[in-house]
Amino acid sequence: MNEMENILVVNNLQTTFKTDAGDIRAVDGVSFTVPKGKTIGIVGESGSGKSITSLTILRLLASNGRVNGGEVLFKGKDLLKLPEKAMREIRGNQISMIFQEPMTSLNPVYTVGQQIGETIQIHKKVGKKEAIQQSIEMLKLVGIPSPEKRVKQYPHELSGGMRQRVMIAMALACDPEILIADEPTTALDVTIQAQILELIKDLQNRLGMSVIMITHDLGVVAETCDYVAVMYAGQVVEYSDVRSLFKNPKHPYTLGLLNSLPRHDIEQEKLIPIKGMVPSPHEMPVGCRFAPRCPVATELCHNKMPQLLNTNDSNAEQIRCWMFSDEWDGDSEVTLYGEKRTIKG
Amino acid sequence: MAKKELLKVEGLKQYFPIKGGFLGRTVNHVKALDGISFTVYEGETVSIVGESGCGKSTTGRAILRLEEPTEGSVTFQGTDLTKISTREMRKFRKDLQIIFQDPYASINPRQTVASLLNEAMHIQNVLPANERRARIEELLETVGLRPYQADRYPHEFSGGQRQRIGIARALSVDPKLIICDEAVSALDVSIQAQVLNLLEELQDEYGLTYLFISHDLGVVRHISDRIIVMYLGKIVEIADKTSLFENPQHPYTKALLSAIPVPDPDAVKNRIVLKGDVPSPIDPPAGCRFHTRCPFATDKCRTEEPLLRTTSAMKGEHEAACHYIEEIAAGTMIEK
Repeated sequence: MNEMENILVVNNLQTTFKTDAGDIRAVDGVSFTVPKGKTIGIVGESGSGKSITSLTILRLLASNGRVNGGEVLFKGKDLLKLPEKAMREIRGNQISMIFQEPMTSLNPVYTVGQQIGETIQIHKKVGKKEAIQQSIEMLKLVGIPSPEKRVKQYPHELSGGMRQRVMIAMALACDPEILIADEPTTALDVTIQAQILELIKDLQNRLGMSVIMITHDLGVVAETCDYVAVMYAGQVVEYSDVRSLFKNPKHPYTLGLLNSLPRHDIEQEKLIPIKGMVPSPHEMPVGCRFAPRCPVATELCHNKMPQLLNTNDSNAEQIRCWMFSDEWDGDSEVTLYGEKRTIKG
Repeated sequence: MAKKELLKVEGLKQYFPIKGGFLGRTVNHVKALDGISFTVYEGETVSIVGESGCGKSTTGRAILRLEEPTEGSVTFQGTDLTKISTREMRKFRKDLQIIFQDPYASINPRQTVASLLNEAMHIQNVLPANERRARIEELLETVGLRPYQADRYPHEFSGGQRQRIGIARALSVDPKLIICDEAVSALDVSIQAQVLNLLEELQDEYGLTYLFISHDLGVVRHISDRIIVMYLGKIVEIADKTSLFENPQHPYTKALLSAIPVPDPDAVKNRIVLKGDVPSPIDPPAGCRFHTRCPFATDKCRTEEPLLRTTSAMKGEHEAACHYIEEIAAGTMIEK
């Protein structure tokens, strides 16, 4: 594989929240890279830290949140070290974000045009008239019919799918290099979801931006992403290209997740769930965080945390699992969710 | 196996009034359900699928008379539930239970699990009071919780566990039919799989019948025997699981199935992307309700309402409501 230009490199990111019940390490060792023009998916269940990761990248954490370590290199510059003023130049201009619930992220008392226009006025330093004109262009770009009329409407006059299109128009108004999409279609019906995913893909091809797609939906990942980081309990447990992830999942959690998923496209006999539940953020296991639920966990897994390491396979795959290290102390052949696996020592 | 009818819904309508104007009179109606009919047989799982606003949850609520239906009948084991008094209806609630989507909102936070289950059994007079505690502990084990958790409060449980409590509550009165209204939608997939498996085990063990309301077609394919597809207050297609997924007939069903992202990067995609949004149920389109988004719509579709019917290409009790099933299948319809 050719060495690609990475527009964003996240290294060992750590984010902690102060709460009355003690500190919560919401993100604890997240690393991934975003190649230029590609889409990377961050997938995980509730509480895995996927949204906090994106908020940390943009430095939008709540006041009780703190970044304890790691770096976020955007074109070689560490965003975590930038002064707030410089960060503001990047936010919305070079890296922008869309959220799950377009109703709560749009201001109900301003028209669509005023909201998109504001972004354009601030970042492109143009007048009000020109900004409105550009807003209409943006609405046209995201496929909103009769944009001249829509630009004067308020968010409540639009449907959910339309609102998400407006959010996208706003996010793309300044030609960002990276779009972070945090569950952009979760609140939408599937037929509308199909429209929005198509739109994001189409715009990406036309504008050449990179996309970070944060989602819990493995279908969305398979369809839109080039690379995927699977998160569990605040950590990346597997990072690989999308094909390898679905065809040859390596981490027991990834495999468990795929096995739990009811499919509409094929007939399945029985679902094989992952036993137990996600550990509480106040009582994280000392070893591998998945060990309490993992069907093949050993002494080592319970006592020592594995690192996210490159696998021997080329495709820039990374795994956080003792099975893929020389230190593995379990059997050389294990059965994982009904699948036999030989472990290379 | 002879199929025994458990629930029969006929011509069910649910109109919600919209008040407005100077005197607060009813100015219009939201036609949430506009004449739907179907039958549920004993021991099977029938799913209702569709997008937001199609009326799937309203159907569940109307069957239980949580909202009084405007018109139509709901016959449960020979009794029309819409004709009886609320007092008589209460007796039937023992047989007809419901599990809701949000386990956080459907359980009283100030009641322990034991008192919650005890209350349900007390109201329905299921067991003598002194035998209930043992039954509660047994129920908790049945749904995969521990007996010692009986005296805990809802906030001490996770989302998946709370949904198990909701299931235990439904089971506590020995129901015949359980309506699961988006019962696993709020759960993460790894937990969702646990709850789905539990529902299947319970069905085998107690011979339960499920009416499963969901927007997730993956879940529906997994759990159902038969599936009803709804669009804007009407049934557009009804079929056994295999026919619906392998041989869908209605253009809406086809579009819906093709719109779902497949968790396989190599999957061949023939996506039908529907234009526009679902129209408002206050003023639904005349004729076929899907005509505003249908790629095949003709003048006939705009004026004449299609009824559920079957063709020689459809197996079993497979029915779809479209004027042009044959033509679309033969490929002679022109796509817009």
